[in-house]
Amino acid sequence: MASKTLYSQRDPMLKRDGFEDILEERRNSSDLKYALRCYAPVLYKGVTPCKANMLKNIVLQSDQLHYVINQVSQESGEAPDIIQEEASVILEEMAHRLQISTVRFFAFALSKAFKTLFQHVCVNEEGIQRLQQAIQEHPVVLLPSHRSYMDFLLMSYILYTYDLALPVIAAGMDFMGMKFVGEMLRMSGAFFIRRSFGGDKLYWAVFSEYVKTMLRNGFAPIEFFLEGTRSRTCKSLTPKLGLLNIVIEPFFKGEVFDVNLVPVSISYERILEESLYARELLGVPKPKESTSGLLKARRILSEDYGSIHVYFGQPVSVRSLAQGKVNRSTYNLFPRHIPRKPMEETQSFVNDTAYRIVRLQEDNMVLKPWVLMASLLLQNLEGLELSVLTEQTVWLRGLALSYAAFLDWPDHAPTAKVVSSSLALHRGLACVSGGRVSLVVGEPLGPVTPEEALFNRAVSVLSCASYRNQVLHVFLRPAMLAVAMHTAASSKKSEWPGLYNCFSFLWDMFSNDFILCPGDIVQDFEEACYLLVKTGAVQMPQQDIVMTDIGQPTLSFFNGLLEPFLQGYQVVCRYLCEEASEGLTEKQYIPAVRSFAVKLILAGNLRCYEVLSSDMQKNALAALLRMDAVRKVKVADQVTLIVNKMAVNSIDDILGGKLPTQKALLARL
Amino acid sequence: PLRPGLGVTGASHTVNTLRKSHDLLLLTLTKLTNCFLFSPRQEIMKWNGWGYSDSKFLFNKKGQAEFTGKRYRLSGMTLPSLQDWFENTFGASVKHKSPATVILNASVVPPPRLNEAFVENLKATGIPFSNEAEDRLFRAHGHCLHEIFALREGKKFERVPDMVVWPNCHNDVVKIVELACKHNVCLIPYGGGTSVTSALECPPEETRCIVSLDTSQMNRILWLDENNLVAHVEAGIIGQDLERLLNESGYCTGHEPDSMEFSSLGGWVATRASGMKKNVYGNIEDLVIHIKAVTPRGVIEKSCQGPRTSTGPDIHHFILGSEGTLGVVTEVTMKIRPIPEYQKYGSVVFPNFEAGVACLREVAKQRCAPASIRLMDNTQFHFGHALKPQVSSIFTHFLEGLKKFYITKLKGFDPHQLVVATLLFEGDHERVLQHEKEVYDIAATFGGLAAGEDNGQRGYLLTFVIAYLRDLGMDYCVVAESFETSVPWDRVLDLCQNVKERIIRECKERGVQFQPLTSCRVTQTYDSGACIYFYFAFNYRGLADPVHTYEQVEHAAREEILANGGSLSHHHGVGKLRKEWMKDSISNVGVGMLKSVKEYVDPGNIFGNRNLL
Repeated sequence: MASKTLYSQRDPMLKRDGFEDILEERRNSSDLKYALRCYAPVLYKGVTPCKANMLKNIVLQSDQLHYVINQVSQESGEAPDIIQEEASVILEEMAHRLQISTVRFFAFALSKAFKTLFQHVCVNEEGIQRLQQAIQEHPVVLLPSHRSYMDFLLMSYILYTYDLALPVIAAGMDFMGMKFVGEMLRMSGAFFIRRSFGGDKLYWAVFSEYVKTMLRNGFAPIEFFLEGTRSRTCKSLTPKLGLLNIVIEPFFKGEVFDVNLVPVSISYERILEESLYARELLGVPKPKESTSGLLKARRILSEDYGSIHVYFGQPVSVRSLAQGKVNRSTYNLFPRHIPRKPMEETQSFVNDTAYRIVRLQEDNMVLKPWVLMASLLLQNLEGLELSVLTEQTVWLRGLALSYAAFLDWPDHAPTAKVVSSSLALHRGLACVSGGRVSLVVGEPLGPVTPEEALFNRAVSVLSCASYRNQVLHVFLRPAMLAVAMHTAASSKKSEWPGLYNCFSFLWDMFSNDFILCPGDIVQDFEEACYLLVKTGAVQMPQQDIVMTDIGQPTLSFFNGLLEPFLQGYQVVCRYLCEEASEGLTEKQYIPAVRSFAVKLILAGNLRCYEVLSSDMQKNALAALLRMDAVRKVKVADQVTLIVNKMAVNSIDDILGGKLPTQKALLARL
Repeated sequence: PLRPGLGVTGASHTVNTLRKSHDLLLLTLTKLTNCFLFSPRQEIMKWNGWGYSDSKFLFNKKGQAEFTGKRYRLSGMTLPSLQDWFENTFGASVKHKSPATVILNASVVPPPRLNEAFVENLKATGIPFSNEAEDRLFRAHGHCLHEIFALREGKKFERVPDMVVWPNCHNDVVKIVELACKHNVCLIPYGGGTSVTSALECPPEETRCIVSLDTSQMNRILWLDENNLVAHVEAGIIGQDLERLLNESGYCTGHEPDSMEFSSLGGWVATRASGMKKNVYGNIEDLVIHIKAVTPRGVIEKSCQGPRTSTGPDIHHFILGSEGTLGVVTEVTMKIRPIPEYQKYGSVVFPNFEAGVACLREVAKQRCAPASIRLMDNTQFHFGHALKPQVSSIFTHFLEGLKKFYITKLKGFDPHQLVVATLLFEGDHERVLQHEKEVYDIAATFGGLAAGEDNGQRGYLLTFVIAYLRDLGMDYCVVAESFETSVPWDRVLDLCQNVKERIIRECKERGVQFQPLTSCRVTQTYDSGACIYFYFAFNYRGLADPVHTYEQVEHAAREEILANGGSLSHHHGVGKLRKEWMKDSISNVGVGMLKSVKEYVDPGNIFGNRNLL
C-alpha cells in the first residue's frame, strides 16, 4: 500500500507557524491613536483603489451585464432601459460602500470589545506576511471558516491592524434587517447577497459581474465563507460552490493570470453563540438579526471567552491546482461575456478545490485542551472522576499530537492546572462536585416536565458536542476504520477488502456530516490505516488488519467518538421505516424525527441526545437521498419524501453492525 | 576567379552570368562538388548567424555600439545608448563575452550517406549538386535559437542533408522528384532558410539519403500580365529580388514579411506567410492566383486563373502551409499592383498599452487600417529608442528634448507606461493625407498623440535588425527569440499580460538569474482579432544549459498562449517545433484529413522532413 507516501504528502502542510497576540499592544497603547493611525496598504500590482461609485459604473457598463439585460428584455418584453434600471437597483442594494472612517470606528470599538471579551487574539504573522506578498502579486480570495458573527469583523480588524488591504465581504442579506448595523457593515466593506435567487438571471449577472470586476481589477481582496453559513455545530460544513465558481472563472477565461485562495482558520476557545446554537439545533428558531437583539447581547460582554486563534494558511494558487485538471482552451470557442454553465470538468475541479480548502481550514484550527476533555465527557455522560478525566486527557493529548492535531496546550503548566482552568472557563458546561466531573444541566425555575428536563440536558450535550466536534477532523478517518473493524469483528471478517467495503459505506454515509473530499475514498482509507499502524493501534500482516494489545483504548475511544452519529442515523432510519406516514413532507420531517427520538429517550430506549440536533437529522436525510433510499417528490407546493423501506432498513442494519456491507450494497441495487 | 562582386541588395544580378558558365563547369568539374557557384548567397551570408556577413552589431573599444556594413539605414552608425540599455535590461556586461566559433569545423558534419544509384542518375540529368560539408550544413538549419546556438558553439550536428541539388526550373524539379521516388531518397525543399520552426532540421531517425532541394536558382519572373495585374514567378525567388525586379517595371507585390530580404516565394506559400502591408495587399493566400507544385504523385496545378472559383475545397490550401511535406512549389502566379505614388510613415504615442489596443481595435472596426499599423509595448518603445543613432546637430537634440518634455510633462504620459503605434500609409498623395487624418482622429479619441514620421520609421527598422541584435546578444550571454500568435480582439490584452507573466515566472522557476525581457507588439489587425508578436530574451549566465531552459520557457509560453485563446501560429508555421499541439489545434479529424492527403500524395514519404504531422 502506498499509504505512507500519500500521507507524507500532506505532512508539509502541517508545518505550522507560531502566533502573536495582537491584543497585547492594544492593552498597552491608545486605541484612539490606533484607530486614527496612518493606513496605507499595498495593493495588487500597485493599482489605485477604486471608488465604490466607479466600481458600480464599470459593472453596469460591462458587456457581461448588457448581454443578460438584453436577454432578459427579450424574454420579458420589457424595455432594456427598465431592466437596466432594475440592475442598477439590485447593485445599489448589493454594493459595499467601504469607508475608511467607518473602519476606524470599528477599529476603535472592537479594540474595546475584544479586550473585554477575550484574553488573547492570536494571529500567525508569517501567514500575514505571505498574504501581503500574495496581495501584491495576484487577486486574493480570503476564505475564513465561519463559526460566529464575529468572524468577518474580526478579519477586517486584523487586516487593518497589519496595514493590509481591507477585504470586501460577501454577507447574507439577513444582516440588512439590522438597519443601522447593516449600513455600518456595508461601510466597512460588506456587500449583501440574497440567500436564494436561483432562477433570477439578472440578479445572478449583476452579482457575479460585481464580484468578478473587483477580482479582475484587484481592487481589494474578496472574502466569503465557503461554508455558506455559520456552522452551528463547530464542524466544518460541506462547502457551497456558487461564489467559488465566480471567483475562479476569471482565471479559466484568462482574465487574470492566477487567483490565490487563502484559507483562514478562526478558532474560538469559547464561542459567543455557544448555547444559542444548541437551542437553535433543538428547534428553537434563531432570533432574527435585529439591532435591539444585538444590544441585548451586551450581557455577553461580561463573560470571559478565552482566546481566539486566527491562522492565515498558505495561499493556494488556482493556476497550480488546475494544472492538468482543467483545459482552459475549452473556453476559447465561446464569447467570454456570455454567461455559461461551467463544464463538467470545471465543476468537479471547483468542487474538489472547495473541499480541499475546507480541509486546509480544518487542519489549521487550533484546538484547546477542553476540546479533548469534552470528547471524553461525552463518552461518559454519567460523569468521570476528576483524576480519571485528567489521566485520560493526557492520554488523548498524546494521541491527538501523534495524529498531527494543532493543539494549543500551555507550555510548562502542570496537567492538573490545565484541566482545572479549562473547567473554570467552561463552567457553564461542566462542573466538579465531589471529585466528579459531569455536564451541567441548566435548572430552569419552577416545575419541570420530563420533556423540559430532557430538553435542558440536550442543550448541554449539544453544547459540549460542539467542542468535541472540533477534534473530529483529526480522528475521523481512523475512527471510521475503527468502526469498520468493530463491525467486522462481529461478523468475523477482518481482511481488508471487507473492511474497505465497510469503511467506504461509512465514508459515503457520513459525507454530509464531515468533510470528505469527493473521490478521496481510497486515499482516506490508506491514511486511516497508516495512522492506526503508526500509533501502534493495529498491525497489518498481509491482507489483515488486526488490533494490537495496546490498541484497545484507542479503538474503543474511536468507536465511542462516532457512536452518536451511528446511533443518530439509525434513529432516523428507524423513524422512516416504522413511523413515517405515507405523505410525509420535507417540512414535517425534522419535528417528526425529533418527537420520535424524544419518545425513545423518555421511554429509556435511547441514550443518544445528539439525534435531537436538526443538523444531524438533515445530514442523515441528505445521505439517504444520495443513496436513493429516500426520494423527494414535488406535489403541488409540497415536497414529499418517498421512503424505500427495504433500503432504509438494510442501511439501519449495517449501521447497527447486523449486516455485512457487501450484501447491503447489493440490496441497494 | 568566378567569385562575383555582389551589389548591396543581394544575389540576383549575378545569376545570369553564372548560368552562362553552368554547362562549362559541369564538364570541367569531376568531383561531386560545384556548389558555391550556384549559391552566391551563401558566400555573402553568415554561416552561424543572421544575414549578411558584413553587417553586424558590435560594441567598439569606446564602449559604443555600432552597426557595420553599408546595407542598412543604421549601417556605419554608432548607437550611443544601446550599451546602457543592453546592460541595464539584461544585467549583462560587455565584459562577459561569449564569442562564437569563427571557423566552420567540417568535423561537426557527419559524413554523407549517399545513394549511389540516385547520384548516378542525377549526374545524367546535368542538374548541379554538391556534398561539401559547408553546403550541407548551411541547409541543415533555420534560425531557431537552438540551431544558431549550436552553430556558434561548434556543436556536432546529428543529421544534415547528405547532398544539395540546385534545380534550375520546374522540369528539373520534376526530374529530381522522379529520381527520388525511384531510388527512395528523402527530399527536403530549401528556399531562403529563414524558418524558425525547426522545419529544416533533418529528422535524426531518417536513414535514407537526405537531399536538400535548393530552389535558389529558380528565381526568374517568367512573365508579367499588365492587363490582369498578375506575374508568373519561379518559386525560388527571394523577396527583395522579386520586389526589385517588379519595381523596374513599375509594379510591386506589396508582400513584405519581415524576412523578405532572405525568404523565398516558395517558402511563403509553404508556410502561409504574412506581409507587413497585408492590410492593402493581403496575405500570401490572398495574393496567390495559381500554384504549380511537384509532388511524388505528379504535378498539381489548376486549369485556369479565375480570380475565385467554386470547385470544391481549394486545392491551393493543401499546398499553402504544407511546409514541404507534400512537394515542391515551383511556379506561382501572383497579384501585382502599380507602385504606390506616395508612402508616408507615422507614429502615435498612447498613454498605455490598453489605450493603444483599444485604438487599433477601433481602426480595424472602421476598416481604415493603413498599409501597416503596429503597436509596440513600452519595453519595445524603449528598445527602439536605444537604437537611436548619434545625434549630430544640437538642434535635433534640442527638438528631441522638447518632444519628450511635451509628451511626458505637459501631457502627463508616464514614460514607463506609454506605448507607440507605428504607421505606414500608401497610395496617392491626396488619399494618404486624408487617410492619415482619419487615423490620427481616431487615435486622438483614445488619448493618442501624433509623434512624427521618424519614430514610425524607426519602429519598422527594429524588425529588420532584430535578428542581427540577437547575434549581438549571443556574443554577451544573452539568448533571445521571437514568437507569434493570433487572437480575438477581446483577448488581446489578457493574452499579452498572461504570457509575459508566465515567461517571467517560468524563468524564475528554472533558475534564470536575471529578469528576462518580455515584450510584445500587435503587428497585424483583422476584423475579428490581431496578430501578436513577442520578443523574449534573458541573460543566461549561471545556467548550465541555456538553450534547454529557453526551450522549456518557450514551451510554457506557447501553452499559455493556447490557454488564452491564441492560435498555434499566425505566420511562422508549425514545423517540428509545435507539432505536439496540432491535434489540439485542429482536432483529430483534422489531423486525419491532412494525413490522408499526405498518404495519397506522398505514400513513400519522399518529402520526409516530418513537419506538421
